[in-house]
Parts: sequence; C-alpha cells; structure tokens
Amino acid sequence: MTDLLTTPLARDVPAQTGAALSAPVLPVDLRVTDLSKHFGDTPIFQDVSFGLSRGEAVAIVGANGTGKSTLLRCILGLIPADHGQIDVLGTDVGRARNAQLRAMRAQIGLVSQKHNLVPRLSVLSNVVQGLLGRRPGIRHWSQTLAPAPSREAAMTALEKVGLAHLASRRADRLSGGQSQRVAIARALVGQPKILIADEPTASLDPAAGEDVMDLFFRLALQEGVTVVFISHNIEHALRYGDRVLGLADGRMKLDARAHNLSADALRGLYD
Amino acid sequence: MTDIAPPARYDRPSALAFLGYAAAIVIILWSFAGAGFSIDKVISSPPRFADFLQRALPPNLEPQVLARLGWKMLETLQIALAGAVIGVILSVPVALLAARGLIVGPWINQTVRTILGFIRAVPDIAWALVFVVAVGLGPFAGMLAIAIDTIGFCGRFFADDMEAADKGPAESLSATGARRIDVVACATVPAAMPAFISTALFALEKAVRSSTILGLVGAGGIGIELKVGFDLFDYPTAMTVILMIAVVVIAIEQLSGWARTRIIGEQR
Repeated sequence: MTDLLTTPLARDVPAQTGAALSAPVLPVDLRVTDLSKHFGDTPIFQDVSFGLSRGEAVAIVGANGTGKSTLLRCILGLIPADHGQIDVLGTDVGRARNAQLRAMRAQIGLVSQKHNLVPRLSVLSNVVQGLLGRRPGIRHWSQTLAPAPSREAAMTALEKVGLAHLASRRADRLSGGQSQRVAIARALVGQPKILIADEPTASLDPAAGEDVMDLFFRLALQEGVTVVFISHNIEHALRYGDRVLGLADGRMKLDARAHNLSADALRGLYD
Repeated sequence: MTDIAPPARYDRPSALAFLGYAAAIVIILWSFAGAGFSIDKVISSPPRFADFLQRALPPNLEPQVLARLGWKMLETLQIALAGAVIGVILSVPVALLAARGLIVGPWINQTVRTILGFIRAVPDIAWALVFVVAVGLGPFAGMLAIAIDTIGFCGRFFADDMEAADKGPAESLSATGARRIDVVACATVPAAMPAFISTALFALEKAVRSSTILGLVGAGGIGIELKVGFDLFDYPTAMTVILMIAVVVIAIEQLSGWARTRIIGEQR
C-alpha cells in the first residue's frame, strides 16, 4: 500500500462540501451518500460517498472486482443499492418510480465497455434509438420510421464523431473504434446532462483507445456535460479527469484533484 | 517409470447407482413387453414386407393419378405454409409474455409457459380432430391444427431465444430511459432474430411433415389419399403417395437448410 492509501480518504477536495471547490459553486448533478452493495454475502463496496458538480469530469479507478461498474449501475438505477442514497439531477434513485427513473436516465448518456450496439441494425438506427428515453414509441425504433428532426439529430451526432458517411452501414460491420464512436454518438444524441463511460477503451487497441478518449472528452467539453468514467488507464484518469476517485477493498480510498496526483500514487490502488 | 499404480479402469458404482442401473434395465425390458416385442414377428416380417413391396411396386404413375395426388400435395403444402406463418406470427406476442424478465412478471411467464407446454403435449393429429369437430372437415381444420402446434413450438423457443439474447444492447437502451417495450423491440428482438428465423424454418419443416398425415382424420391434404390407398389395397397408389411425401419433405428440409445458411449464416 502506498502512503496515499494508508491515509484515510485523501480528499484534498471534499466532494461538494464547498471549501476547496473554487467559486462560483456549481449545481450538484450527482450525489452518492454512504452507498453500500452486496451480492449475496459478498460485499462489493461500502459507505461510498461523493458528489459531482455540473461540468466536472470524474475518473473512477480501482482494480477488477472493486465494484466500479456496479457503482455506475446503481447510479443509473439498473440495480438497487442495499444502503445509502443516490441523487441524480434531483431524482432520488432509490425511491423513484419507474417513470421518474426513465425521465432521469433520459438526461444521461452511457458508453459501455462493449459498445453494446444492436448488431443487425444500421448505424443511424442505433443512434436514433438513443432518443428513445426522450421520445418513446415506435417512431424511434428505427431510422426508417423516425421523424425528420430525429434523423437530423442523429446525423448531427454522427457527424460529430466523424462517421456520418457510415450512417447506413450495419453496426456489426464496423471496427471496434468505429463502434465505440457510434456508441458515443448514441449517448450524445439526446443531449444528456451527464455522460457515463464504463471503460470505454477496454476493448480497443491503444491507438483507437486514444482516439476514442480524445473524441469523447472533446465532445463532452463542447457540450458542457458532467462526466463520470471508469478507466484502468492511469494516464487517462489523470489526463481527462478533473477529479479521481479510487476504490480499493470495497471502500473509497481516494478522492482527489487529478493535478495533485501522480501516476505512481494511483498505481498503489492496484497493489 | 513411476511406482504409483494407475487408477482402476472402471469405478465401482455405488449401491444406489447400481440399483438405478438395474431399475432402468427392468423398465426398458418392461416397455419392450408392453410394446408387444416379438422376435418371431421380427423374423417373419421380411417376407411380408417383401410381399408388400412386390404388390406396391412399381408405384402408380398414371397421369391422372399423378395429377390428383399432385394437387393434394399442393394443398398439403398450402396447409403447412399458411398454418406455420400464422403460428409463427402469433408466437411472437405469446413468447414476449412467456420470456422471463422481459415485459411481464413471473406469474404470467409461468402461466403462459404452462399453456404452451399443454399445447405441445397434445399431438398435432389430436388438434386436427378437435378442429374437424369445431370447423368441419377440410384443409381449414388442418391449417388451424398446424397453427396451434406451431405456437406451442415457436412460442416456447422464441421465449428461450429472447432470454438468451445478449443483454448488453438492452441495458444500454434502458440506461437512456427507454421504456421496457421499446427496449424489447429495439434490442432484444433484433438480437434474437437469427434464432427466431432458424426456429421458424424448423417449424415450417415440422408443419410440412405434420400436414402430410392430417388427412387421415379428414383435416385436408394428401393423408386421405394414403388412407384410401391402404383401405382399398391399392398399394401402388399408396406407394406413390409415400414417395411423393418423402420427396417433398426432403426438398423442404434442403430448402430450409439453404435458407437458414443464407439468412442467418451470413448475417449473424
């Protein structure tokens, strides 16, 4: 264990507690308080707390099995937490009804480790489906049925990721990097307030991974969205994150400004 | 060379396993007895079979007989195709209700699965008898029998296919706030589509095989010609029917296999 990890919660910037955050104080888009999750008798994480200001980019790092992806799924309300509270854009995720959860999720974009595109559908249909949260119903099941403004929005999102020329190609005919770009377009098309990325470069080669991360954060900055991303790549965490959260042994062991951290210190989380 | 002896070639079964094997053998022998298995009949049957072949061959190839049987075969295929198509289409909503964790809760899943189990448990010929009573003699009864039989088959397998489909795209769409029905339509069904197509083609093959015998109970198709051929000891015509069924069923299986490879093999 490094010094960093033996120091309890090395929070040089306590999440939204005010003091260390530079003024003006921005609204909090996401707040997690004392969150715990077990699978059966196995504790995944315990007493995790942090907050995210509007426009902030937070990297979550930690070894495999420390519950990073589970934490994101709890935040999205895809699985229930055992204890604690999650507030996302004013919605209490634990107590929200299905319709409230859907309304909350409609303001979030998700990019997964696997791109999770629907393989048999076209690139444009996949991106159009990113609007289903805001515009439910059969007209957004496919680009064929989609109203003109939705098709236009999807084409604009594809243009932003540089793949408008592949709009009619089947998703399973794309390379890994292209697929992840389409996944980013799908996440952005609904103009989300928060972008969540779960190891977006895990299935890509290093060069494609760099491209995807550059694009992802360039667009996130352009759109002014709040970003939470999981990464095993320490360089990425330090380069793209304003803050870094570290999970180890089922607890939050680190919450610090990225510019105050060194790569060596983060590597300690993986010991 | 090691000093350690190799393990025994065979493990001695436990007493319970031994009793299980013995019970299985007794049940199989009991079944043979119940089925009237007779070595004498097996030995004496080849001459009788040869006698049948002698009387049935050559098959009846008179043009008017071939024309009549051809039309009946066509009717058989129409029954199979119409019944299978209706069955496959109706199977999709039924499967959505039967698939666990998709749209409805476990009680409805289990109820629908039980009903599908009942439909499959009743043989197609019995469904044909029921529909002959309900809608009268003729091909419509056969088509309904094929349709219900297809729902029993495809409803269950479509549901299993959707349960086994990759959950990633569905979770990604759920995370965008999409409704459950939208997620199923946009992610689950497309993911299960290759399996749907494969199952539907098997259902069509099954429907063609079934439809050839539904005529035995008056539900249309070529089966009635087979029955009449045997009843009137017109074995050459009966042989023509048997060969015609074999050729058509094999052709449909080949066609279905080719279509499966073309549609799924390249697109999966």
